[in-house]
Amino acid sequence: MSVQADFEFSEAPDGKANLVLTGDLIVSAIGDLDERLRSLDGPVGYVDLSQAGHVDTIGAWIVERTAREHDATIVNASREASLLLERVKEQKTDDLPERRELIPIKRILWEIGEAVVVACSTMFAFLGFIGQVVTAFFRVLFNPGKIRLNAVVMRFEMVGIRALGIIGLMSFLIGIVIAQQGAVQLRQFGAEVFTINLIGRLTFRELGVLMTAIMIAGRSGSAFAAQIGTMKITEEIDAMRTIGVSPIEALVLPRTLATILWMPLLGFYASIVAVVGGGLLCWVALEIPPATFIQRLREVTPITDFYVGLIKAPIFGAIVAMAGCFQGLQVHNNAEEVGQRTTAAVVQAIFLVIVLDAFFAVFFSSIGWD
Amino acid sequence: MNSGNVIEVRGLRNAFGEQVVHENLNIDVRRGEILGVVGGSGTGKSVLMRSIIGLQQPSAGEICVLGENLLDDDKSGDDEIRRRWGVLFQGGALFSTLTVAENVQVPLREFYPNFSQQLLDEIAVSKILLSGLPADAAIKFPAELSGGMRKRAGLARALALDPELLFLDEPTAGLDPIGAAKFDALTRELKETLGLTVFLITHDLDTLHAICDRVAVLADRQVIAVGKIEELLKSDHPWIDEYFSGPRGRVALQGHQ
Repeated sequence: MSVQADFEFSEAPDGKANLVLTGDLIVSAIGDLDERLRSLDGPVGYVDLSQAGHVDTIGAWIVERTAREHDATIVNASREASLLLERVKEQKTDDLPERRELIPIKRILWEIGEAVVVACSTMFAFLGFIGQVVTAFFRVLFNPGKIRLNAVVMRFEMVGIRALGIIGLMSFLIGIVIAQQGAVQLRQFGAEVFTINLIGRLTFRELGVLMTAIMIAGRSGSAFAAQIGTMKITEEIDAMRTIGVSPIEALVLPRTLATILWMPLLGFYASIVAVVGGGLLCWVALEIPPATFIQRLREVTPITDFYVGLIKAPIFGAIVAMAGCFQGLQVHNNAEEVGQRTTAAVVQAIFLVIVLDAFFAVFFSSIGWD
Repeated sequence: MNSGNVIEVRGLRNAFGEQVVHENLNIDVRRGEILGVVGGSGTGKSVLMRSIIGLQQPSAGEICVLGENLLDDDKSGDDEIRRRWGVLFQGGALFSTLTVAENVQVPLREFYPNFSQQLLDEIAVSKILLSGLPADAAIKFPAELSGGMRKRAGLARALALDPELLFLDEPTAGLDPIGAAKFDALTRELKETLGLTVFLITHDLDTLHAICDRVAVLADRQVIAVGKIEELLKSDHPWIDEYFSGPRGRVALQGHQ
């Protein structure tokens, strides 16, 4: 449809070089014309458009720039072309302005410094956020009319009930793995029966709750961050504030409460399913019948292990939910930040959960619950 | 298809579940005109635009844009059509992780990968200036711009490929009156210099009077009237009458007489 743009030279009556542009000077027909005109040297007196077909703004820009570079006069432009040339002449600009770039060594230092500042300020902001949530919790506690029960119950479903399947499957497989690996190692000492100790103590005390917390961080913590982050971008949070609704009370508290309440339940459920998985493997591979397994399990697993798991669970839940909501509220600019903050929420939650778990391990041992 | 028409819509039906938005809707957009589309909130102006540009699959009907049926199974020519139109969404719909200049360059890079970076930069700045933004907006990210500036940046991107057909969804909404008048003048000028055809959704009566060649009115799931404003003023349909002869309509009319 369009004719490829090209150019040729002729001599003008006054002896100057005449650059005759041919073909259509439109974006789809320009091809390499721009580069060839750029590398053009030698004096050009006139840019002649008499042979040119259609012209669009990009073509007009190239004509105008070429004429300006060579101090040439544009001649024989059609009416439309002259209008466009007039228009692009007004847009004369030297170069694309640039963002200031630092030299590499400075940039590395700058990035390290920024990372430290961001890490510290995030930590302080997170502490402040926990404070806000706790005060909001007490405010709601003494003013029960403010509790958003519907929101909490809706989160029950999202955080708890819908997670049962995946947490069950995960725990069942972990139970099997512990039993299988334990059996292989303990067989060397002829102490296969201690596999049951391993299953009972590990799952109730550590893995049930820890793995659940990690799963909830990936499933719900990330969802919280993404939901709240998107609401930040669409100014929903600002709208809430102007109406007088506290986003902490309306968004953060229901999510946090739901997670805190569900974590012990999910943790206990995960431990039981893991024990079932381990028991199944003991039955099939080690020929320990279920009745013996259960009896032995009750003998070797102290009730304190159950308490340890139960005490840790709501705290992990609070950390996971608050990290998710906190990161969501930190979103300011664009869609990419929602992604970054969601990742940060999961990483922060899992990191804090594991740090706290290590602390609890030492703490409970030292108070004699070993 | 009539060669004078850039867009032809025949028997369009759009429904979301039970709710029918369009029923047997017909509309033509002629080459080189600015067609204003008006209608009350919820009459499906944006849905109509989304159907024409292929973002919304209608449940029935024919849509022909620049001679190409976009609803048939033959997808071969569809990309070719996409390079010949530009779309400005209501909020600008800029890519938030790219600067304004990079946003403008996206369609250019997509269709003309062998353009040099230098030319791309020049085109970007030229389009940004053309849309009425200062040159230093080029390196800014959308989040650093105001709503009106974002709209202009969206226009710069819509104009990147020098389209024949421009879709504008409420371009002057949210602009100050001076900015809105400039935007109108710009649309008119682009139409004259580039021979653009413009499909313009608007609520702005001043825009209708100032730049639209014809106006289509959407109501009752159909286009109930199309024509010059003077013709529409004679209509006895209650909505059209209230729209153009209400207090705001009269003020806008006086302003242009």
